[in-house]
Amino acid sequence: MRSHSSSKARTRWLSRMRRTASPGRGLVIAAPLLWLVVFFGLPFLIIARISLSETVIGLPPYSQLLQWIEGGMLQVKLNFGNFVLLMEDSLYFDALVNSVRIAAISTLLCLLIGYPMALAITRARESLRIPLLMLVILPFWTSFLIRVYAWIGMLKGNGLLNNFLLWLGVIDQPLQLLHTDFAVFVGIVYTYLPFMVLPLYATLSRMDHSLIEAAQDLGCRPVCAFWRVTVPLSMPGIVAGSLLVLVPAVGEFVIPDLLGGPDSLMIGKVLWTEFFNNRDWPVAASVAIAMLALLVVPILLFERYRARGGETV
Amino acid sequence: MTVRRPTLVFSLLAFGYAFLYAPIVSLVVYSFNESRLVTVWAGFSTKWYVSLLENEQLLGAAWVSLRIAVMNATLAVILGTLIGVALVRFGHFRGRSMLALMAGAPLVMPDVILGLSSLLLFVSMEQLLGWPDGRGMTTITIAHVTFSMAYVAVIVQSRLGRLDPSLEEAAMDLGARPWKVFFAITLPLIAPAIAAGWLLAFTLSLDDLVIASFTSGPGASTLPMVVYSSVRLGVSPEINALATVLVVFVSTGIIIAGISMQRRARRDAAAR
Repeated sequence: MRSHSSSKARTRWLSRMRRTASPGRGLVIAAPLLWLVVFFGLPFLIIARISLSETVIGLPPYSQLLQWIEGGMLQVKLNFGNFVLLMEDSLYFDALVNSVRIAAISTLLCLLIGYPMALAITRARESLRIPLLMLVILPFWTSFLIRVYAWIGMLKGNGLLNNFLLWLGVIDQPLQLLHTDFAVFVGIVYTYLPFMVLPLYATLSRMDHSLIEAAQDLGCRPVCAFWRVTVPLSMPGIVAGSLLVLVPAVGEFVIPDLLGGPDSLMIGKVLWTEFFNNRDWPVAASVAIAMLALLVVPILLFERYRARGGETV
Repeated sequence: MTVRRPTLVFSLLAFGYAFLYAPIVSLVVYSFNESRLVTVWAGFSTKWYVSLLENEQLLGAAWVSLRIAVMNATLAVILGTLIGVALVRFGHFRGRSMLALMAGAPLVMPDVILGLSSLLLFVSMEQLLGWPDGRGMTTITIAHVTFSMAYVAVIVQSRLGRLDPSLEEAAMDLGARPWKVFFAITLPLIAPAIAAGWLLAFTLSLDDLVIASFTSGPGASTLPMVVYSSVRLGVSPEINALATVLVVFVSTGIIIAGISMQRRARRDAAAR
């Protein structure tokens, strides 16, 4: 907690900082802004442009939208065929719906596993909190691809999980676990769990514990105090963590590709196949546009949360 | 209120850690397996480590990845720190919301979109400007910097936001110019955040398959690209050995960082 006088000093200093118009200040803003406009903003216009062009054989494999024709006229050729294809061929629509379904279920599972973990870490002895948190983050620092690969060995027909269940006597023949939706859920929950736990921990650890005591003093049982005090107060963390899992999971490629089955397509994999296997750049670009249209609301929601001072990491 | 240890919550925590670490432990254990089959234990052997060292394609790719990761982390730290300083210290300026939006969106943007959009940009630029000439390490690095600077910015922002501004104010009162204040006061204070940001950007780059696949060209295969093509063919003990090397490498780094952070915190507490 910052004391009143130092917050006043801070305001004074900040306002002076703002008034100092040095050329350095402009440069500090301009350098990253320019980079982001060129390498992050501009590409979206290019994707939009290419999604409206036709596939041609050549390099690059798409047609130009603007062409000079005889007499100095500029011809604009827009091709909405890719979007018509996206609407008409159920493959794309189904993949999009399926991605949202899988991402939503995985996010819920992440929340169900991550919330008790974050809560337990905040309730642990103070000296243990940082090491416990580190243990959650540690797997995130090892290769993502290798962690997904590890699950192939766990879930295979003769893999560790099946052998364990056979040994316990729960099942008498191996289950088909790999190449199913279940494997995709496991993969997504596994790789995105730290992104759920960290924001949850951030809000839960800032929570005033006396509020729970007050609720219990007033006759609220622990379960009731949890639902009526802890959960509502940790809402910012729940929202941030869920968005940090949900949005990237919708477009996930590696997990459905390595762990998923042939019958549950996800949109990220469709985009990858269109681009690398079919070499159809315009269709891949229109798939990207469709994904963006779907994700723009959650992305802006996430931004609003951050703008209001929410901490994510 | 007596401090109750909710058993349920703590057993769920234990379950969570088991879930996080069981696959990694199994990778490490089976990297020492004599047999090629993952499920059959045929005795202790380090032969997969030997064949890892002899796999020139994998080593070459690791070298490419390492160079990209270092370049990426360095550039991302510079740009990300600038974003953090601008957003936390400059108050309102023109383009602030645009900077905040574009620095935040890469945190959640799916990889496939980032990869495809960067590639299409590079192709269009090459057509119009003649640059970049073909694709390879440079284009991968640029694409990586674009998303990893967002992570650096988040870390720097949160550290800067918690910083007591009175030190910076004192320096200003004593007549130091803003840039002098930044290099003499602010930068040393946010150094841990910058170091953490560098490591994070380094790891993100070393880890990325999707964006690198889109923006790479012939002759510039990164480590994840080579691992991916070998993993697609099935489980291979060599990849287990590689995973073990990475796990040992990373946990040593984290433990050293953790110990030095705790020492620092204790020293700071003692100084107060």
